[in-house]
Amino acid sequence: MAMTLPKESFAGRVYSLTIGQPPKKVIFGGENVLPFHSFEGSSPRKPVIAFEIQDVVPDDWPEEIQKPYSEVMGDPALWARFCCETLGAEALALRLAGTHPDRGDRSPADAAETVRSVLSAADVPWIILGSNHAEKDAAVLVAAAEAARGRNCLIGKAQESNYKTIAAAALAHDHKLVAMSELDINLSKQLNILITQMGFDKEKIVIDPMCSALGYGLEYTYSVMERIRLAALAQNDPTMQQPMLGDVGMYVWKVKETQAQEEDVPQWGGLKERAVAWEAVTALALLVAGAELLIMRHPDAVRAVRNAIEELTS
Amino acid sequence: MALTGVEIFKLLPKTNCKKCGFPTCLAFAMKLAQRQASLDLCPDVSSEARQRLSEASAPPVRPILFGTGDRAVRMGEETVLFRHEKRFVNPTVFALEIKDTLADSEIRDRAADVMGSEIERVGQRLRIDAIALVNDSGTIETFESAASILASHAPSIPIILCTRSPEAARGVLPFYAEKKPILYGMDASNADAMADVAKQFRVTLGIAAKGLDELVHLSEKAKQHGIEDIVIDSGARSAREILEHNTVIRRAAVKKSFRPLGYPIITFAQREDSLAEALIAALGVMKYSSIVVVRSIEKWKCLALFTLRQNMFTDPQVPMQVEQKIYRIGEPTPASPLFITTNFSLTYFIVSGEIENSKTPGYLAVMDCEGLSVLTAWAAGKFTAAKIAQFIRESGAEQLVQHRELIIPGYVAVLSGAIEDKLEGWKVTVGPREANGINAFMKARRQESSHAA
Ligand code: B12
Ligand code: SF4
Repeated sequence: MAMTLPKESFAGRVYSLTIGQPPKKVIFGGENVLPFHSFEGSSPRKPVIAFEIQDVVPDDWPEEIQKPYSEVMGDPALWARFCCETLGAEALALRLAGTHPDRGDRSPADAAETVRSVLSAADVPWIILGSNHAEKDAAVLVAAAEAARGRNCLIGKAQESNYKTIAAAALAHDHKLVAMSELDINLSKQLNILITQMGFDKEKIVIDPMCSALGYGLEYTYSVMERIRLAALAQNDPTMQQPMLGDVGMYVWKVKETQAQEEDVPQWGGLKERAVAWEAVTALALLVAGAELLIMRHPDAVRAVRNAIEELTS
Repeated sequence: MALTGVEIFKLLPKTNCKKCGFPTCLAFAMKLAQRQASLDLCPDVSSEARQRLSEASAPPVRPILFGTGDRAVRMGEETVLFRHEKRFVNPTVFALEIKDTLADSEIRDRAADVMGSEIERVGQRLRIDAIALVNDSGTIETFESAASILASHAPSIPIILCTRSPEAARGVLPFYAEKKPILYGMDASNADAMADVAKQFRVTLGIAAKGLDELVHLSEKAKQHGIEDIVIDSGARSAREILEHNTVIRRAAVKKSFRPLGYPIITFAQREDSLAEALIAALGVMKYSSIVVVRSIEKWKCLALFTLRQNMFTDPQVPMQVEQKIYRIGEPTPASPLFITTNFSLTYFIVSGEIENSKTPGYLAVMDCEGLSVLTAWAAGKFTAAKIAQFIRESGAEQLVQHRELIIPGYVAVLSGAIEDKLEGWKVTVGPREANGINAFMKARRQESSHAA
């Protein structure tokens, strides 16, 4: 029996999105096929991985993820340069964790100061994130967006309760915007619509459908991402055609598997390898489900995922 | 594609004799189309129609049992491309590669690693399921010797015997006569002879093709030899090929009912670098491999792969649940705090993990809410004040703790008054919304109580 390969082509296409300034800009998205399905359509860009740095010493990070940064994490600018020069980061994500009311409650002005200092330390494309405190983020990100003016950053995260202020700031200072909802395709779509109704260009949004770590709800994120991508491609839904973000490090490095010592759980094996594998497997799963942009932490996990991306695209 | 009710109806006798238990042939046809009735119920269907119908109603990916006894695993039976459409059915089988060139002691050690690989997670027992014995030596004697070691040291582990030599296959199969092994290695050069061996020993045949076209050709050939149970390898080894070939194979089977590719896929994921191998194996789990062969099974890697497999193969409609009871976190005393949450596995594991992180021993009362998260259960009317009060009263909490304080999730703060009304003598404290706030919350409580003292 002869077989013609069952290939699928779609009417829809994911928007392609650029952050940063030449010559160090990155572009992601732009494909009209499911992730890594370049055998049946066009997939012009590889996913991008940004290293995460923070404005304050990340003393809530478990030991294994503090280790690679122990020399630099007291100084965000130094930390940023380390990621670029030593780890070869193609993009960076600054999380303004210290602005959270429970983590020091740094002011929007302090945040802006940090933004200016890290941006001048590294000329790679930047993602600038609040502390995930909806109210505080609105104030912090307005100041951060202004401080980052001219650098074409990705700012976030805009959520249902604070999107107006944050989207307006991104619009005013010419940045791209992360729109985050909680594991629900309809909420994600609705948020995109609300943001574009403010006059924000739909092609400048990145969807964050909320990440979850391997073993802690990964399957929900995985399936929501697959459904969003199918809506973009098969249903050609322009409100779902934005590239997607997997904010991996933050979710992975709080679960027990990245912290428990081997002597306490001998059946789980070595902590370092386990923790790195946890981040790498979570990241790969989200790429396979549809993420084009990842925020990660451990250099070894990033290296492994980069190699996997290379193998998936060459 | 499976036949529609009307297409099935056309093949039935159309006498409406009711012997099948349905009022009309059409009604019966509709039930058949939904796979809710068996064709055997109609005594009058012609043998020609029977054959067409059974072909059309066979599952798109053939079910195959691999191994025997407690450790037997099921493969195939998949019906969809995306897990949100319907549950992925049979979890990927992990097999450890053992080369016949290894020293006898190493072969025994590796078999022991497989036997000892079992761990428990979210209430499930997970393990490396199988061994892939590879005839790397190319000689029959070495292969036989390794097979005999495994047959005596790991007799219950399902085995894949990998060789391109029909003679070598004949040499080792007697060790696994009634154990439903897989004989992997039918290729373009040995096709007829390998098919004969598989037929003679009544074992599942693994096809080792170079490319999809050759795979289709060899699969048809095996079928012509009368072999029903087949596992297929297109020769894909790079991540890109694995994703492409597996996708094409699953689509051809599920969407086109293309029988020559309607078999479980075996993927060889071996890599020098263990983490790189873990990622290739992970790709296989997500993208349709029924068997993934790896060369090393460190504990950390097993944990990550087992967890991914568990995530991918859970039912998107029926969430994973934990037992309703009061769990002890750390070494609690009667003065330790009592928390309450729902029995959604994810919720339970996050909350218990955070209580543990806070280094405060405590009790966590987990209430049966059919596996829904806190807010979902509340919205669905399963995590209500009346039900919580009843549960606490019946759970034995009053014997475990001396105090009468219940800490509830911050998201259901609105319930606090109503619970106090219904649970006489108890005080309800609203905890933080997110479990990751439990640490700070407990710290603040400790400070408060030391101020008070
Ligand atoms: C996945 C999901 C579902 C899944 C169910 C998954 C499951 N097993 O529960 C499905 C699709 C079935 C579903 C159905 C529904 N859902 Co729903 N669902 C969600 C979603 C996206 C995620 C839920 C989840 O998994 N959370 C993760 C777990 C771990 O969270 P959690 O249990 O709340 O635990 C956290 C905290 O509460 C806290 N915590 C937990 N226990 C404790 C204990 C203590 C002491 C403390 C201090 C803290 C604490 O720690 C955890 C982590 O921080 C949420 C949106 C969201 N992101 O919350 C909506 C959401 C919960 N669903 C919602 C609704 C309305 C429904 C439906 C009624 C919708 C409908 N109309 O059909 C149904 C009801 C189900 C039914 N059978 O009738 C609403 C609830 C709105 C509200 N505020 O009441 C939400 C918030 C979405 C929304 N914004 O509209 N849902
Ligand atoms: S038994 Fe067969 S012929 Fe009789 S009603 Fe049922 S389907 Fe029709």
